[in-house]
Amino acid sequence: MKFTLSWLKDHLETDKTLDEIAEAMTMAGLEIEEIENPAAKLAAFTVAHVTDARPHPDADKLRVCTVETVDGTKQIVCGAPNARAGMTAIYAPLGAYIPGLDFALDPKPRKIRGVESHGMLCSTKELEAGEDHDGIADLAGDWPVGTPAAKALGFDDPVIDFEVTPNRPDWLGVHGIARDLAAAGVGALKTAPVEPIKGAFPCPVRIETDWPEACPVFAGRVIRGVKNGPSPDWLKARLKAIGLRPINALVDVTNLISYDRARPLHVYDLAKIGPVVRARKGAGDADRFEALDEREYTPAAHHCVIADDERCLGLGGVMGGEHSGCTDATTDMFIESAWFDPAITRVTGRETGINSDAKYRFERGVDPETVLPGLELATRLILDLCGGEPSEVFVAGEVPGRPAPIRFDPARVEKITGLALSDDRIAHILTALGFDADRSQTPWSVAVPSWRRDASQAADLIEEIARIEGYDRLPTVSLTRPAGRLEAPATELQNRVRAARRATAVRGYQEAVTWSFCHTDQAALFGGHGEGLRLANPISSELDVMRPSALIHLVTALQKAADRGMDDARLFEAGPIYLDDTPTGQKTVIAAARRVVSGRDWRGGSAPDVFDAKADAMAALDAAGAPVANLQAAPEARGWWHPGRSGVLRLGPKLVLAEFGEIHPRVLKALGVEGRVIAFEAVLDAIPSARRKDLKTRPAMEISDLMPVRRDFAFLAPADLPAADLLRAVQGADKALITDVSLFDRYEGERLGDGVVSLAVEVTIQPKDKTLTDKEIEAVSDRVVAAAEKAGATLRR
Amino acid sequence: MTDTTELNALEGRLTEQVEAAADLKALDDIRVSALGKKGEVSLMMRELGRMTPEQRQVMGPALNGLKDRLGALIDARRDALENAALDAALASERVDVTLPAPREPKGSLHPVSQVMEELAVIFADMGFAVAEGPDVEDDFHNFTALNFPPDHPARDTHDTFFMQAPEGQLPKVLRTHTSPVQIRTMMSGKPPIRIIAPGRVYRNDWDQTHTPMFHQVEGLVIDRETHMGHLKGCLIDFIAAFFETDQVEARFRPHHFPFTEPSAEMDVRYERVGDAVKVGSGDRWMEILGCGMVHPNVIRACGLDPDEYQGFAFGMGVDRLAMLKYGMSDLRPFFEPDPRWLAHYGFSPLLQANLATGLS
Repeated sequence: MKFTLSWLKDHLETDKTLDEIAEAMTMAGLEIEEIENPAAKLAAFTVAHVTDARPHPDADKLRVCTVETVDGTKQIVCGAPNARAGMTAIYAPLGAYIPGLDFALDPKPRKIRGVESHGMLCSTKELEAGEDHDGIADLAGDWPVGTPAAKALGFDDPVIDFEVTPNRPDWLGVHGIARDLAAAGVGALKTAPVEPIKGAFPCPVRIETDWPEACPVFAGRVIRGVKNGPSPDWLKARLKAIGLRPINALVDVTNLISYDRARPLHVYDLAKIGPVVRARKGAGDADRFEALDEREYTPAAHHCVIADDERCLGLGGVMGGEHSGCTDATTDMFIESAWFDPAITRVTGRETGINSDAKYRFERGVDPETVLPGLELATRLILDLCGGEPSEVFVAGEVPGRPAPIRFDPARVEKITGLALSDDRIAHILTALGFDADRSQTPWSVAVPSWRRDASQAADLIEEIARIEGYDRLPTVSLTRPAGRLEAPATELQNRVRAARRATAVRGYQEAVTWSFCHTDQAALFGGHGEGLRLANPISSELDVMRPSALIHLVTALQKAADRGMDDARLFEAGPIYLDDTPTGQKTVIAAARRVVSGRDWRGGSAPDVFDAKADAMAALDAAGAPVANLQAAPEARGWWHPGRSGVLRLGPKLVLAEFGEIHPRVLKALGVEGRVIAFEAVLDAIPSARRKDLKTRPAMEISDLMPVRRDFAFLAPADLPAADLLRAVQGADKALITDVSLFDRYEGERLGDGVVSLAVEVTIQPKDKTLTDKEIEAVSDRVVAAAEKAGATLRR
Repeated sequence: MTDTTELNALEGRLTEQVEAAADLKALDDIRVSALGKKGEVSLMMRELGRMTPEQRQVMGPALNGLKDRLGALIDARRDALENAALDAALASERVDVTLPAPREPKGSLHPVSQVMEELAVIFADMGFAVAEGPDVEDDFHNFTALNFPPDHPARDTHDTFFMQAPEGQLPKVLRTHTSPVQIRTMMSGKPPIRIIAPGRVYRNDWDQTHTPMFHQVEGLVIDRETHMGHLKGCLIDFIAAFFETDQVEARFRPHHFPFTEPSAEMDVRYERVGDAVKVGSGDRWMEILGCGMVHPNVIRACGLDPDEYQGFAFGMGVDRLAMLKYGMSDLRPFFEPDPRWLAHYGFSPLLQANLATGLS
């Protein structure tokens, strides 16, 4: 919302400076966005008197002027045809920047055809302050030398732009702003009362409100014999200052009142409308009309239209029709002043895409009690500017009632804000804002003014009181921790994320944060987006569904990094994936990816493979608290993984905690990624919760002083026997004595024959209470061999 | 052989040989030839039995002495030869230690994670827990319960992402703030409540300072006595802790949010230092967060009595806090994983923000 300082001062008697007013606005909640002070860019220019002007000795079109300036008497060469002795002009000193020409004068006097010129006399166009056609500015009036040009040109009116919060439609009029500032102590409200104007004849237009929910009251009157045309300068200047385009006097009056009183109006050319005008529901194609924005609209049944018997004249409270608008040819006109329901107006605006000043005000809630004063004010202005003869006012429907009074206990002010104020002060603030407190009993009964439809309960009043008193007056009290022990507040999942994130970073991955959304096609590569997770209004078509995997953006980022010369980026992300649109459909994962590139090192480098991804996945799960010793790997990863070089890590047959391995080359190709990528994705909320224990005591430590015995075995096994099955079988051969089994060699080759591998394991046998005899060790070995055989492997001899 | 003269000659000869032994093999040969089972000295000692007691009295100690001295001599020579051999071996193992050590990739944590952890620590010290909720929300939790009536212009202030919904159903939204977590917390627990809710939020906007996804942290305190003075104190204390300064000058301006009343925006005095800010000095005010007393309609929507319970809420951008503290000028790279940016602005995984050792 923009307004000028002089406009504000039409409503507010104040001796405060612009800075003080701005500060008061800020501290009362009218957040300043910008103050544009046109005087600032005209600061260099001042009024000067031309005392002599004679022809240039060496140029027909130039004159040599003697000028009384703020800097003394100057000789200035001027090319303007209107330069003459005795004129009051605008002087630019040497070095001044001329905004309309976008250059600065030389700081030293220049010779123009041999005559020195000590400055410049300017046109208003050169100052971007007008449209002089006849040469330099020729000021009327008796301005002393040195008067700021901005003042002499009437360009010293700062424009204030501030943010109107949706709860305060009354701030969409300068009058309402002035009322708030008066309450905040900036000055006294001095808006002149609106005097009703007696009609000279009955209103020839009959008004009907066919849809009272949308338009409960509709007032209007006709003015005959107006002379429309351009508005006077003061009105055009006022509208232009706040960025509005003057159209003609009748329309400009409605715009002025819209910004002055937050009261939208509409004017019709009486010749173009029928004798009955009604507010009713839209009728679809039958109501199709061209609006003032020169676009066609088809009002729906839940839109409110203004119509005569012939046609739709406009969308009520949103925009009028082109057909019935007032033009310079208009001689008889009809003024509409109505009240439209905020929600219906909002829907209409949203569905038609129209965002007019009227719609903006009605959807926020216009003061219903401005229906008649607004009409009278418009009548006054039109009669003043365009003449004519007004009819009587026709009012259809009823002005909506005021909001209900609020029961208000003044003690709540201190309870909620901490601010101790006397009842008198509280009542004073309320009164200044237009509320009326009946203090005969507590709780008070506070009547709400018609323009404060946002106020419905005590909290609304408390806010007003705190706001006007000033938040700087509130106490400042530290919030200390409640007494007693602090239970560490992080949840189990939060701690899992923290630990997994660190474990992965320690292994050389950089944490990334990537979009929660991705492209449909990308999601399709990773099993497809979940049900209900397609965006209706994506930021771009590339990001139109919620991601089913955190790997998508990581993998594409690897390629982007490679394109910039970083071949071996390693990225991870701990964040959400989305399986469906319910709260439980969102899972927290940690995903990591790196390209398969051989490290180049003078000692020789090796390329990472699926087992590095497996180790990374296990490290993340371990850190997150998963029982990694019980994890089973199985080649069961889903379709976006390499069918032969990937797997899952699961607890038991069903609970999959992670997938790891190479990403399927076809998926990489579809994502535009070159080469191979290893990755893992672990679901952190799938990890079973650790049992909470009252005491954090660890179980007694059991270690043996006896030397462990290590025995190596080589087994021949079918190549399709999962090594983990063999290892698990060996481990289980003697649960009491075997403490570790590690695979240290895997060999396949011609000597063994097709489909056979040799797996060599080292078995650690830990005696518990006595040294084992050779015979006992032999017995364990036999059990190991037997267990391996049961699993499908035979001892290699 | 009964003469010590002969012995002396033998000792002289063997000593010479030992000292001349060039390697361990030669030395061992000498040892065997002198002290081995059939060595010269051993053979002579075998002779002792056949000697007269007088002879034995002279020759016994002489031979034993010779044997001990020779043994010691050989041991010394062996040590010397072994050391020399080791020195030679070590000399041959010399490497160029200026060759580079293996390059370990350096992992890092994202600045958003770091700042979120800093927030958790600072607010934990004021008794706040961390609460979370889903990103895909329903209209009730994101708007209606937060006192955004349907079709109210206040909803325009949030550039909301909607999900496609079947005809006749209210579309789900991507949460536009983490306030739905406040609703979920109030609806599922009993006051007193003190939580912060950090997380991803979404708005349909994209430029240098806006991304369609960003991070927010909100706070909520609900009990019977917390008033707006506590709100000021809590947030001033927070800013001081986060920016690690004792000089916070804050200004609270009235504002409007549907879910709080009275509502405020908090500005802090600051000056720019590059792209980062120094809080507490300078002559400019920077808006840093929005806050207010929880609106009675919100408390009511969560099934609590606003005459009994009250409290405050606040919300601020986590990414923006990171930018202000650590000096990033552009928000967009936060979500475009560039290893160089992550290395430059990331944090060591060994760092854990905490009260004892500091935030960062």
